[in-house]
Amino acid sequence: MTAHAEQTTPLAVQATPPTRQAAPGTVTNRVGFVLGLADDALVAAQRLAQWCTHGPEMEEDIALSNIALDQLGAARLLLTYAGEMEGAGRDEDALAYQRDDREFRNCLLVELPNGDFAVTMAKLLFLAAYQVPLYTALAGCGDERLAAIGAKARKESAYHLDHASLWVRRLGDGTDESHRRMQAAVDEVWPYTHELLAPDPTAPVDPATLRVDFDSAVSGVLAEATLTVPETSWTPDGGRNGVHTEHLSYLLAELQVLHRAHPGASW
Amino acid sequence: MYGNDFPADDTSGGLLGEVEAAETALREAAERGRRGAAGVNPAAYFAEVIAADQKVEPRDWMPEAYRATLIRQIAQHAHSEIIGMQPEGNWITRAPSLRRKAILLAKVQDEAGHGLYLYAAAETLGVSRDELVDLLLAGRQKYSSIFNYPTLSWADMGTIGWLVDGAAIVNQVPLCRCSYGPYARAMIRICKEESFHQRQGYEILHTLAHGTPAQREMAQDSVNRWWYPSLAMFGPPDTDSTHSAQSMDWKIKRFSNDELRQRFVDMCVGQAEVLGLALPDPALCWNEERGAYDFTQPDYGELMQVIKGAGPCNRQRMEHRRRAHREGAWVRAAAAAYAAKQANQKEQANQKEKAA
Ligand SMILES: [Fe+2]
Ligand SMILES: [Fe+2]
Repeated sequence: MTAHAEQTTPLAVQATPPTRQAAPGTVTNRVGFVLGLADDALVAAQRLAQWCTHGPEMEEDIALSNIALDQLGAARLLLTYAGEMEGAGRDEDALAYQRDDREFRNCLLVELPNGDFAVTMAKLLFLAAYQVPLYTALAGCGDERLAAIGAKARKESAYHLDHASLWVRRLGDGTDESHRRMQAAVDEVWPYTHELLAPDPTAPVDPATLRVDFDSAVSGVLAEATLTVPETSWTPDGGRNGVHTEHLSYLLAELQVLHRAHPGASW
Repeated sequence: MYGNDFPADDTSGGLLGEVEAAETALREAAERGRRGAAGVNPAAYFAEVIAADQKVEPRDWMPEAYRATLIRQIAQHAHSEIIGMQPEGNWITRAPSLRRKAILLAKVQDEAGHGLYLYAAAETLGVSRDELVDLLLAGRQKYSSIFNYPTLSWADMGTIGWLVDGAAIVNQVPLCRCSYGPYARAMIRICKEESFHQRQGYEILHTLAHGTPAQREMAQDSVNRWWYPSLAMFGPPDTDSTHSAQSMDWKIKRFSNDELRQRFVDMCVGQAEVLGLALPDPALCWNEERGAYDFTQPDYGELMQVIKGAGPCNRQRMEHRRRAHREGAWVRAAAAAYAAKQANQKEQANQKEKAA
């Protein structure tokens, strides 16, 4: 179950010497980059799974579980690959269950609490609008493993984007109450999108290059939903460097509690 | 993934084969076609359809009591699927490996799907899902009492799959031959998925029972807690069961509560041995004469208490569902308002086109 180092694909970008940049949000090596994507997907899956049995309608319990399962599936592939590249014998579970919050590389957006259904849909819209072009770019990258993962995940993310877009339009252009809640959700979550697209020229896909696709997906939906983007210069970040919000430690405590209570056990 | 020491590929004790046989019978009945038409005497025609093991379909005449019995039974079954998501949903965020997390999440999602098929089957009898959900939330319709017990450890995910889904299969396989077509067809689909759940549960327990001492203990403790409530899932003993005789005549029900309970016990004993876990019944022993196991009956007094609302989790389960419904109200209202606006815009566009 542990090291499959012999299967590791030669790294196309290994030739590029890692440049150490001090700017927040940069990822300076490929393992870190892949871990970042894996942790985005894992933490998003955990948050979405928390909705299970709490959805506003039964069909939505099924839809959110589906999206959580997609994110979890992507997380497992990415974690496994990150562990193989690292070469220290850590499998998906070692990486998911035995790292502390400071070792997680996910963006802050995904760890924010679910809030009401509007907050969850705002988070999902922004995450999917980022993951669609990201996975699409990965699907065409020189690393075969990442390309295969990207090719699979982008189709799933396209569905997540459709689903979130539909709800953001319904809520934004539904009732007065839903409009008020949806606008409040966009206002709350929007600043965290900055971190998703922070430049990292050393990464297999530089997130800054996803900006055009992200903006066009999001602005169309928000306009149709009669919603606006808040004007703010506040751009929280740090997740990619392991400096998180207060929320992540609680999320991981729940995720990891049973696994850590039985060191060395198989499940 | 599986060891070699499993009793058989089909841990449902051959019941999956019966589901397939029911599916074949359903197809053959459809091919035979039903004799004649309802004609002047619909009641006689209904009796003929039942006697010939054909299916009653939504537009057919049926006795009001038949319709009411089916609505009650299918609705309770649907509610059980929906409420039944909660005890297992309780462990999704803490599942001890990512693989187990994915399997559990998919399972709970399947249960939501079962609920939706069953509400759709009930709707063919002329009630709406909203009405049925309101009856559940008002406490006027029940769900299976088993879901009023708490899931206290990860092993409960294994035991629920093995025993609770296992008992559900034993109960439901005969329903694949139920006289009401939409219910029979829904049950065929559901039973196939339930047998998958049962296998997954069995596999969880097998892993725990062959794991560390703490895991083993967790597994045994779980089986100890769930064994008798699982036996109670088959309902009161035949001597006290109120609905059975008429349902048997209508071919809604095909075996008595006690027959099904016995079948379940006989199926579980060998599987528990393979797991290396004890069933918590010192009186359990093979009866050569009957060709079946003797066993201790569950506490039917406790079952009645739980049915009346005094189980450990009745209030929690109901409040959970009511809260999700209440907190989702503004979302459903928004979806309805948005749909109305869209329809309105379309209408206006059509009128403009006509005017032009
Ligand atoms: Fe089910
Ligand atoms: Fe099930």
